Amino acid sequence: MPLKAVILIGGPQKGTRFRPLSFEVPKPLFPVAGVPMVQHHIEACAKVPGLKEILLMGFYQPHEALSRFLAAAQQEFKIPIRYLQEYAALGTAGGIYHFRDQILAGGADAFFVLNADVCSEFPLQEMLDFRQQHGDTDSFVILGTTANRTQALNYGCIVANADTQEVQHYVEKPSTFVSEIINCGIYLFTPAIFQHIGQVFQRNQQELALEESSNGWQRAEVIRLEQDVFTALAGSGKLYVYKTDGFWSQIKSAGSAIYASRLYLNQYSQSHPERLAQNKPGGPIIRGNVYIHPTASVDSTAVLGPNVSIGEGVTVGAGVRIRESIILHGASLHDHTCVLNTIVGWDSTIGRWARVEGTPSDPNPNDPYAKIDSETLFRDGRLTPSITILGCSVTIPAEVVILNSIVLPHKELSRSYKNQIIL
Amino acid sequence: ATCPRRWRPPCASRSSGSASASPCPTRRSRWAQRLSDSRRPGAVVAPGTPRRAQAAPGPRLGCPRPRGDTDSRAAGPLALARDLLAEGGEPFFVLNSDVICEFPFAALARFHRQHGGEGSIVVTRVEEPAKYGVVVSEPDSGRICRFVEKPRVFVSNKINAGLYIFSPGILQRIQLRPTSIEKEIFPAMAQDGQLYAMELQGFWMDIGQPKDFLTGMCMYLQALRAQHPEKLHSGPGVVGNVLVDPSAKIGANCVIGPNVTIGAGVVVEDGVRIKRCTVLQGARIRSHSWLESCIVGWSCSVGQWVRMENVTVLGEDVIVNDELYLNGANVLPHKSIAESVPEPRIIM
Repeated sequence: MPLKAVILIGGPQKGTRFRPLSFEVPKPLFPVAGVPMVQHHIEACAKVPGLKEILLMGFYQPHEALSRFLAAAQQEFKIPIRYLQEYAALGTAGGIYHFRDQILAGGADAFFVLNADVCSEFPLQEMLDFRQQHGDTDSFVILGTTANRTQALNYGCIVANADTQEVQHYVEKPSTFVSEIINCGIYLFTPAIFQHIGQVFQRNQQELALEESSNGWQRAEVIRLEQDVFTALAGSGKLYVYKTDGFWSQIKSAGSAIYASRLYLNQYSQSHPERLAQNKPGGPIIRGNVYIHPTASVDSTAVLGPNVSIGEGVTVGAGVRIRESIILHGASLHDHTCVLNTIVGWDSTIGRWARVEGTPSDPNPNDPYAKIDSETLFRDGRLTPSITILGCSVTIPAEVVILNSIVLPHKELSRSYKNQIIL
Repeated sequence: ATCPRRWRPPCASRSSGSASASPCPTRRSRWAQRLSDSRRPGAVVAPGTPRRAQAAPGPRLGCPRPRGDTDSRAAGPLALARDLLAEGGEPFFVLNSDVICEFPFAALARFHRQHGGEGSIVVTRVEEPAKYGVVVSEPDSGRICRFVEKPRVFVSNKINAGLYIFSPGILQRIQLRPTSIEKEIFPAMAQDGQLYAMELQGFWMDIGQPKDFLTGMCMYLQALRAQHPEKLHSGPGVVGNVLVDPSAKIGANCVIGPNVTIGAGVVVEDGVRIKRCTVLQGARIRSHSWLESCIVGWSCSVGQWVRMENVTVLGEDVIVNDELYLNGANVLPHKSIAESVPEPRIIM
């Protein structure tokens, strides 16, 4: 049966927690485990038999990097991929409603909707099978996973019938505990969803007509799947949840990009073992899962890993130690540097014996359902210790220490910094 | 050696500048032995003719440690050693061991014989005299008029450098009880016109605190460069004044210095950068680490890719795990450090 997939990639106003990395490249193209974030979604979709087309939807202006990526991805995965640009930020449902004709073109009788900023095992076939068993041809499926009681409040919470898995209640980011099952941001819809979204649209228009136009930015077309559609659909017998125990994480901040990298790198041992670097004579020492782009040049005395991604054209000098970090294209790490829990921006340079270190914000490893916190930038007036980020073309001099800091692009530092944002 | 009070909390207290015959038994003997690589004179009360303390370990060097209680005031122990010191009727030196300078023993002895008084003190000029004992003396003769310990207002910028020579007559002044030389004996001698000051040439530093110890080390190395440059280390990767024990091993691609002293049997692995540090005997610094302004204690092991700075002090036998960052950490002996110390603190 003809299937399609829609990947919601957002736009420049979204993903502000990803700055300064999102200044250079749209967040969905940020490399996680060596490939752009959204490529993991595309790979998973391409594996589903019968999936005919992938539509990327967002409100980024036409972007060279995006077009190049799409062209390359089409070639590699042999599946049509298009970018549909929303004329404004229309919310998670507004966009698909606006483009409903495109989505349904070709007689699609079901389609996936995936948020680009999640990292997942993408059990898409399992969701299809689940729908066969549990619902009817017009029911919708949300992918859900388990969180711990405190963290569940940060997500969409789902209460489901234990036998039928029908969603009885849905609340987005409640203030009191509702359920440990949370919304993963991956859905399976049928064309019938557009009726429900349409109803929300009508209602919005009526409300707006009643209100005096106090807020000019309010648009009837801005519709959110979570708050507006799911909340209404809960208990109607049409919405089901498929629970997964596979890995899942949001990618909202730079720290979560490193965590997501680790999850995908772990998956590579089964899905893409060729992407993992191996210990070879004459090569660097590899510990754990490491991705090294073929054009990178890494000295044989360097020690990399666990959880390291080395991008295109990167140079890593003698005696360098990198751990839990992402090194983006063109960066250069001189001899004896130590890079821990850091994202090193495109074309940056780190001088000899420098130490660039961040603080990981990983979820509690003892709690199987713990999720990564998207912590606030400041707490009690101080910068919360977090992953160190070097923006694009940053220069770090030799022998300094950069600890828990964010350095904006094109900065040339001259001394050590700790716990600071350097403009 | 004096009880290194400012290095470790639990040691018995003593006042600064006091002479070092104090019995703080185990600490003292080990300290005296251990700092041999930085060439500090041990605590010596050296009777007889003046001689450089470290030059000849002859029979007259040192004396049986006067047995007494653990009181660390200066003068008391001198009284205990009265018989030994008075024997021979010659002047004797008293040195404060946590001081570093060029030790002008010959000049001091000459100065002392010339004026014929009971005691001579070496004084040095400092920027902040209020931290020390200040000396006011006549410019020509050097006779000391007044002796003021830690004055509250500016009196003079010459301070007591902790290096004395006394004639045996002084022993009459000291009773067998806890006595502070600076507070009780010197003022009385000054009033009697029996105390003279000789100004020190060259560098001087009170090295009681780790920070000052490193400064003193730099000064010492600088003086060594001027007088005995052949004793300093040179070669690829050596920058500035560096002193390396012949039994130490330094790896490839290191950059050592300026102002580094490396003790006996130390192993520095490849790719290490060390600046302004003292590395004591038997320590091992593993590859790719970076050290600045540190004191690495005896037999320590510093891991790979470690960064230590800002007067980090490691006591004896401390292990620092790989890839850590220590900023101003004071680590007590036999500890294992498994986590970074990003802000200065003491690790017990």
